[in-house]
Amino acid sequence: MAKQIEVAGLDAYYGAHKAIEDITMTIEPRTVTAFIGPSGCGKSTFLRTLNRMHEVVPGARVEGKVRLEDQDLYGPDVDPVSVRRTIGMVFQRPNPFPTMSIYDNVAAGLRLNGRFSRSELDGIVESSLKGANLWNEVKDRLNKPGSGLSGGQQQRLCIARAIAVRPQVLLMDEPCSALDPISTLAIEDLISSLKQDYTIVIVTHNMQQAARVSDKTAFFNLAGQGQPGKLIEMDDTSRIFTNPGQKATEDYITGRFG
Amino acid sequence: MTTVQTGIQPISTSRRVKDRVVQALVYLAFAIAVVPLLSVLWLVVKNGLARFDLEFLTHSMRNIGARDAGGGAYHAIIGTLEQVLLASLIAVPIGLLTAVYLVEYGAGGRLARWISFFVDVMTGVPSVVSGLFVLAFWVLALGMPFSGFAGAMALSILMMPVVVRSAEEMLRLVPNDLREASYALGVPKWRTIVKVVLPTAFTGIVTGVMLAVARVAGETAPLLLTVFFTDSINNDPFSGPQMGLPLYVFDQAGRPTDTAIDRAWTGALTLILIVMLLNLVARLIAWWRSPAKRG
Amino acid sequence: MRRSAFRRSRGDVPFRVASIGAGIVLLAIMAAIGVFLVVKAIPALQANTSNFLTEKIWTPNATEPKFGIAALAFGTVLGSFLALIIATPVAIGVALFISHYAPRRLAAVLGYVVDLLAAVPSVVYGLWGVAFLVPFMRGPSEFLNTYFAWIPLFGGDQVVGKSMLTASIVLAIMILPIIAAISREVFLQAPKMQEEAALALGATRWEMIRMSVLPFGRPGIISAAMLGLGRAMGETIAVALILPATFGISFQILGPNGNSIAANIANGFGEATTIGRGALIASGLVLFLITLVVNMGARLIIARRKEFARAA
Repeated sequence: MAKQIEVAGLDAYYGAHKAIEDITMTIEPRTVTAFIGPSGCGKSTFLRTLNRMHEVVPGARVEGKVRLEDQDLYGPDVDPVSVRRTIGMVFQRPNPFPTMSIYDNVAAGLRLNGRFSRSELDGIVESSLKGANLWNEVKDRLNKPGSGLSGGQQQRLCIARAIAVRPQVLLMDEPCSALDPISTLAIEDLISSLKQDYTIVIVTHNMQQAARVSDKTAFFNLAGQGQPGKLIEMDDTSRIFTNPGQKATEDYITGRFG
Repeated sequence: MTTVQTGIQPISTSRRVKDRVVQALVYLAFAIAVVPLLSVLWLVVKNGLARFDLEFLTHSMRNIGARDAGGGAYHAIIGTLEQVLLASLIAVPIGLLTAVYLVEYGAGGRLARWISFFVDVMTGVPSVVSGLFVLAFWVLALGMPFSGFAGAMALSILMMPVVVRSAEEMLRLVPNDLREASYALGVPKWRTIVKVVLPTAFTGIVTGVMLAVARVAGETAPLLLTVFFTDSINNDPFSGPQMGLPLYVFDQAGRPTDTAIDRAWTGALTLILIVMLLNLVARLIAWWRSPAKRG
Repeated sequence: MRRSAFRRSRGDVPFRVASIGAGIVLLAIMAAIGVFLVVKAIPALQANTSNFLTEKIWTPNATEPKFGIAALAFGTVLGSFLALIIATPVAIGVALFISHYAPRRLAAVLGYVVDLLAAVPSVVYGLWGVAFLVPFMRGPSEFLNTYFAWIPLFGGDQVVGKSMLTASIVLAIMILPIIAAISREVFLQAPKMQEEAALALGATRWEMIRMSVLPFGRPGIISAAMLGLGRAMGETIAVALILPATFGISFQILGPNGNSIAANIANGFGEATTIGRGALIASGLVLFLITLVVNMGARLIIARRKEFARAA
């Protein structure tokens, strides 16, 4: 299921403001790729261009190419809805649907995309919750609202919801920034096991986290306030953290700025 | 299990069609809503301009029969302005303080729950009932005369829940950090409310109050039962029957002559202009006081 | 909060008392409305020579007063429910249009337009109804009566412009801006987080609205519709100008039938004797109670959803 993403010469705008400029990279299948960089460098914006969530913001637009294997995500006859169906996303703050039960939250994406029998749904919900390491904690209260769970559980519920539709890529936008250390650890373990099936891209502020979970790391930076963010370098995580090619990367990793 | 998908699959036609149909319905709903409303405004402006002259704004209906041309709504305009002002003077302090109680003091307590519940109930009190209440209480039980003040009382009952609800909502939007920052500086609670909470919520409260004013300015039924009718100018809202602009429109609309109907339209135009002016002033105040502008 | 070691600020107690006092004044007013309406209705009800609840006729000024609420209450409920059924779907559409469909620049302006329209006084709608809609409705009413008479509402031998249908449409137009404005506010507050969650799952715009906006907004829509219904029931002047003021019970909304409690108060107050005024007050009490029931019912619906609604 996992697929490769190729990005070429991508710019993203909010109205007249150019948020990121000329990004080119390849994201390998069945790996975890981490995006790091100082606040405002455009790493989250870039992540959102990968499943066309960027254009949800009024006035936002994208120029350039993003390919999933051989398909251009920004091709003229590509429906952003189907792109998002194929490339799942987990957000910074857990956002389960508050009016839906745990079960319905996980089944939400499936119900959009076709008819499933009750037993099929039951099976997928169970396997998704197991995949998100949440099954044992919620199996007795599947019909309770998802908002009754703790923050870490809610985030794992959101991951279960995202993987229930069997996406080919999973994007994670600082998935642990609103969580406590124990929940963070649970999510990080989950990411490591999910990478066997999915191409995972994770934005993080936390460099230890990037070092722990990712195989590849991309460092973004911006020249100054109001300037567009750029990709400085991308390499194996071990290399970025021990022997980066760019001075700016080294400065950032060692905590000299950002 | 469904087949494993091997690329970006387009969404099903039925989903796409449903999305389009809903979009069409939403656009249609807006069109349906706007057509009659444009029709109302168009007819009010078109028919109202015929008599929208100096005489209308400066003369009363004294000694003018239904069939006679001329006459004006000066007495009704004065009446409406005085009644609405008095109603606001009664309703805004009570409403605002109640909202402060609900948000800052009573939060969650039993009394607060009761008050909150009855504010909801009060929201649903029909305007004619508030008029009947003032009639039963003020005129029939206490033996007081029909007057502009009686009308103002009826209007204030309609304003209060609107003021409470909008102010409450705005006060709740004030971040708790602000209150805590103020407490941390040793500022007492009441000064925190007056100096920090209320100014922060000011814009929203003004807008809510103005909407409440706009609502009651057009109310006819409570006035019908409390200020009675008069064709003459009465500047004193505390004694004797007064007129109100909505009442004037109702009165003239019920008279079967063209001159009266013309006056009704012009009265309606004047009423709408007053209401819109109130709205505009509210927005200007809100804009002038908004933090965004002050930087 | 009490810290005995430190003196309380001097302003705190009076301010607190004033705010509690305001709340209590509010409760007292509500109680007084009930009490005074009852007190002033009793003499008239005692003088009534027929059953107040079942009688349809309204002749309280006669030497043998005869009056009952049946026809008036029926007309009030029928007219306002028709108005609600007409207005609510359109209002939700308008609200969604402004919150989620219209381009953003335009939406601010259109939102302002809806605000202004909510401010058009009811008497103006009444005037418009009499002068424009009543003659206009004759054609469509004939059409409905000719082709849809098999629906009981559109049956009957007589078709007029001053009908329950016309009154309901005017009521619907009047309550539409209120329902739309409140719904719009609620829809705009729908958490962006959940909207993005739905979109990221591959929801279309409508599916996103159905999954995250409407469930979040449902209590808001209910309270908006509740306000609309209450206003429609209590609406006096527009209905008094349009309805034919008959005293019968009929579901035929195209015919010369229909009246409402509020309209009857406006039409009957001018020539009412002491008993007549008492009778009108008694009818007002009934209107008060009906709207009270409507309100409380809506409150219960909202309260039952609290477990979910609070979470948002």
